[in-house]
Amino acid sequence: MDELKQVFVQESGEQLDALEALLLELENRPDDETTLNGIFRAAHTIKGAAGMVEAAAVEAFAHVVENVLDRLRNHEIEVTTELAALMLACTDQLRVLVAAEAGAADKDEAQIAADSARLLERLNAYGPAGQHAAGSPRVVEPDVQRIPSPQAGHNCWHLSVRFGPDVLRQGMDPENFLRFLETVGNIRHLETLADSMPAAEVMDPELCYLGFEIALESAADKQAIEDVFAFVRDECQLAILPPNSKVGDYLELIESLPEDSLRLGEILVRVGALTADELAEGLRAQSGPAAGEMAQEARQIGEILVAQHVVQPELVAAAVAKQTQVSEKKAHDAKLIRVPADKLDHLINLVGELVIAGAATSLLSHSRRDGELIESASLLTRLVEEIRDASLQLRTVQIGETFNRFQRLVRDACKDLGKDVELLISGGETELDKSIVEKIGDPLMHLVRNSLDHGIEAPAVREAAGKNPRGSLSLNAFHDAGNIVIEVTDDGAGLNRDRILAKAIERGLVDAEAHLSDREVYDLIFAPGLSTAEQVTNLSGRGVGMDVVRRNLQALRGTINVDSQPGRGTRLTLRLPLTLAIIDGFLVVSANRSYVIPLDAVVECIERPVAEHDRNYFNLRGQVLPAVCLRESFNLPGERPTRESVVVVQYAGQRAGIVVDRLAGELQAVIKPLGAIFRHLQGIGGSTILGSGEVALILDISALIKISGQAEQRLLARPEQRSA
Amino acid sequence: MNVIRKAFHEDFTIYRVAELKPLLLDTVAEGERIELDLSGVEHMDSAGCQLLMLVKREASVAGKTLAIVAHSPAVQSLIEFYNLAAWFGDPLVVAAQ
Repeated sequence: MDELKQVFVQESGEQLDALEALLLELENRPDDETTLNGIFRAAHTIKGAAGMVEAAAVEAFAHVVENVLDRLRNHEIEVTTELAALMLACTDQLRVLVAAEAGAADKDEAQIAADSARLLERLNAYGPAGQHAAGSPRVVEPDVQRIPSPQAGHNCWHLSVRFGPDVLRQGMDPENFLRFLETVGNIRHLETLADSMPAAEVMDPELCYLGFEIALESAADKQAIEDVFAFVRDECQLAILPPNSKVGDYLELIESLPEDSLRLGEILVRVGALTADELAEGLRAQSGPAAGEMAQEARQIGEILVAQHVVQPELVAAAVAKQTQVSEKKAHDAKLIRVPADKLDHLINLVGELVIAGAATSLLSHSRRDGELIESASLLTRLVEEIRDASLQLRTVQIGETFNRFQRLVRDACKDLGKDVELLISGGETELDKSIVEKIGDPLMHLVRNSLDHGIEAPAVREAAGKNPRGSLSLNAFHDAGNIVIEVTDDGAGLNRDRILAKAIERGLVDAEAHLSDREVYDLIFAPGLSTAEQVTNLSGRGVGMDVVRRNLQALRGTINVDSQPGRGTRLTLRLPLTLAIIDGFLVVSANRSYVIPLDAVVECIERPVAEHDRNYFNLRGQVLPAVCLRESFNLPGERPTRESVVVVQYAGQRAGIVVDRLAGELQAVIKPLGAIFRHLQGIGGSTILGSGEVALILDISALIKISGQAEQRLLARPEQRSA
Repeated sequence: MNVIRKAFHEDFTIYRVAELKPLLLDTVAEGERIELDLSGVEHMDSAGCQLLMLVKREASVAGKTLAIVAHSPAVQSLIEFYNLAAWFGDPLVVAAQ
């Protein structure tokens, strides 16, 4: 049951996402039938699933929602903005209810119940009078195709179903089960019985009195047929007789059913389960002896008949052919599998260890100078690399889903703020690690909300400024040099440089005399001092929690940059690594210590003449680039070698050289995060274990470049220090 | 003979059967021959079909004739699926393909 509930929670989550997306679409195209049907189907699926796991609260709520949706679909009520908003609120409430079912709700029960009651009251305004009782919706039928019967044989199962009185009220229409039965086999004959229906006065039209006798031609086994009725198994009386059952079994079935034996017998003949002669003989046997011996006698007749009965070989052949058809269909259905995330994490961990072990083997093979061993080790390494890429790929998801969630946010925020903003999404198919996607949601939401709140002006203001009154906010994602870049761009007023600067000076974040570039000023919005709530109003730019956003991103080894043009808009650029676990690295050595530079950042390597040793810049084919010396940055001991190397790195459009003692080639680095005590260490992104067992530190290129840049700025600001 | 002809446009679904039952039974009570025009019924589910079976039966018990003179595609489809066409005994219009 627990597992079932887990599946329920996950699937309802997906259905709710779909529901929400469709509801938003409905606002744009209120008359679209497909959308309406989709909405209804999603709500119905949630309700059905809730019924299955006995999540009564979800089921009851979804039921009322579905009632209203049904009226909407039948055009009895119109799609209005209020109704759409109400439906969205209901979607949220369903989310809460589902979470509560999983024990993960962040509200207490009383509040949830109160919310439900409030929404139900509003929903009832749209429902017809007296519609509060439970009822059943019509489900849109899945596309059912009859498999043509290859042979008119007697390869028919006989099914006898009497549906329980409450199935209709529980939203389970017998029709759906029978239609579904057609996916298991071919219904050769079906008889509908309503004999148990009482007199008109006492008949309750919402109860089900129906029963069916079905001849089903199918290659499926009994379990598969029984499974069709799994949802109503407790509610219905179901008897399944395999093909070519004994006549006695049929007679027993007739006895066990509530209807009149003679009438049932006739029906069985019509269904084709029995021939008229068999029936006549069987019934004659039954009516002959006393009641006590009746069953025994019947069985005897059945056995005699079976003895004469021969199964035709061609029927077997047909069954085999059908079975292949069915299994092909199943294979098509099984293209997706659900895997628990922790299993994948375990796999990735193992692959990480494999990478390290492979590196050790490769190192050994080189030190032994065994040609064959080297060759086999390099083949192994290549395969391990492929496994690494493939297993990391398993965890990647498209970012589009995360982006689409903002449609709702933008819509709601616009309503609240009285703005008109269009959300443009591009690059939704860009893939990145699921763990990153999960963690990027909140920072992104913050940025989007900030843009809506402070970036994009009210329509009137925009019009006065000669802009389209409808603002636009765009989310874009793409891959760049082993990173994923996410851009949040708005065409709002842009950041107000002077006011940010004034505020920063007032807060003592920067020196009043300091000359700051635009970029540095914009970066101030991430300073913790400028991020408390009351500043939002007097600071035209972004304020709330931007420092938190940046901290979150840094925890993911990501960065954020701001670009802004007054009156034209603001662009926030987020850069994130594709994965958190393994990187391709470039191994360098300084003072006999190993460091790893992410290979994606490396542009080229050059030699550095002794003459340039004391400079903190170097000349790359006429371009002057800053040089960061690892020995200096980390205060490494020992003499500098006569020949140093420079690794030219590029990060976020900036280039710099990292000066090292020597280069040691490429490697795959499994990132081991540094402990909490090293959190404030700048310039180091993590550690890894080399094949030799030695620990190497992974350099954080962006931080290194920044540190060197800051040092340079300090020198520039106080030139006298430089000469000293 | 007192012939009553009545057209229905509501859905014959679980949502409506409670309202429809008295309506249909009243209609049966009114005449000797009852003709139901269901061409405007857009949806019908098992509950609706079951209700039709009830009124058909009630009419027969009372010695009256109940005929469905026009079927909407939804009604026709379900009646055919449940193999009740012969039981209802009404001529169904077979759609020309």
